[in-house]
Amino acid sequence: MSDAQRMMEEKDKTVHQVELVISVLLRVGVVVSLLVVVAGTVLSFVHHPGYLSNGKDLGALTKPGAAAPHSIAEVASGVRQWRGQDVVVAGLLLLIATPVMRVAVSIVAFLVEKDKLFALITAGVLALLLLSFFLGKAGG
Amino acid sequence: MFTLATFGASIIAGVAGSILGLGGGIIVIPVLTLLMGVDIRYAIGASIVSVIATSSGAAAAYVREHLANMRVAMFLELGTTTGALSGAFLAGIIGGRALYIIFSLVLAYSAFAMFRKRHGEAGMNVPADRLADRLGMHSEYFDEQAQVVVPYRVTHTGIGLVLMYVAGVVSGLLGIGSGSLKVPAMDLAMRLPIKVSSATSNFMIGVTAAASAGVYFARGDIDPFIAAPVAAGVLVGATAGSRVLGKLTNKAIRTAFVFVLAWICIEMMWKGVHG
Repeated sequence: MSDAQRMMEEKDKTVHQVELVISVLLRVGVVVSLLVVVAGTVLSFVHHPGYLSNGKDLGALTKPGAAAPHSIAEVASGVRQWRGQDVVVAGLLLLIATPVMRVAVSIVAFLVEKDKLFALITAGVLALLLLSFFLGKAGG
Repeated sequence: MFTLATFGASIIAGVAGSILGLGGGIIVIPVLTLLMGVDIRYAIGASIVSVIATSSGAAAAYVREHLANMRVAMFLELGTTTGALSGAFLAGIIGGRALYIIFSLVLAYSAFAMFRKRHGEAGMNVPADRLADRLGMHSEYFDEQAQVVVPYRVTHTGIGLVLMYVAGVVSGLLGIGSGSLKVPAMDLAMRLPIKVSSATSNFMIGVTAAASAGVYFARGDIDPFIAAPVAAGVLVGATAGSRVLGKLTNKAIRTAFVFVLAWICIEMMWKGVHG
């Protein structure tokens, strides 16, 4: 096998490892957030059996003005009190954070791969994402 | 009942979304608003969650199987995130109705162009592109249906980036169209194989949606009782769907995509004309 070939194979191997890491990260993010969402749903049905039997109670919660929790602090305090709906929202927030984590981990992965150009491109994407979060907060 | 019905419909949305590279909002929003009587605000909030769920659920498989081209995705995400940011700023300036009509026309063109291309895949036979060479985007994937390794070359990377910017602006403005514009851009301009376009779009849409999810959450549009069954259903559906994509023929995927594009095109035209 020539050196060039060996180098190509080495490179393929690291590339494959990066893909594996990202794949595992996505799967863990998805499974954990799914478990938390389901746990929260069960919790709120246990606390309020009425949601199951009578559609009207649940209906009231899914109409405008039902005031969904919308700040991290609110959700955190609700989770500490085992409030079902806040546990659900915490799971949804984990789900939302998964792609962001994916971008952050990719930067590290590209650096390990000694691929500075792509580490830079990915860092740019992360910066834009974070910027959109801050601007969203200011605007919303 | 509401929870179970929403969960069931969301599984279908997850399967369709993961195979076609879309977010599933085109199924989730009408089901929630028309069948379940949910307010449009919460339906859009749930649809954003559904896009992220489809993306993360399916991409886990696509990345491992080397079906999603990560380098293409990372590079194009520069365009989509910048576009999404611009879209948020332009929201007050550009009228919604005109935009729906323009979006609809673009989709009509994409559907037509993709329909004409339904018999052939570009593969290696594409114009040279120095940017794609420089960024090391050319790759290959294993086609499960044909049982062969398919090498492919990427082209028109610059045009692709501009189109992704436009796709980002549209999804920032309208809260839709994240995948329906990305797949045609990769398929028609950058000449990626359709399975790679769909898998790569799946990988990307989560990031675009996450950028706007923060805004919807802060506004209180993400209702746990609506979004929970949607997220759970879509995750199950997308995980199942990601196993199917490789087994389908290119022609079947392309045909299904053209139908869905035509459907969204009609929906958007209706919104544009009737307000």
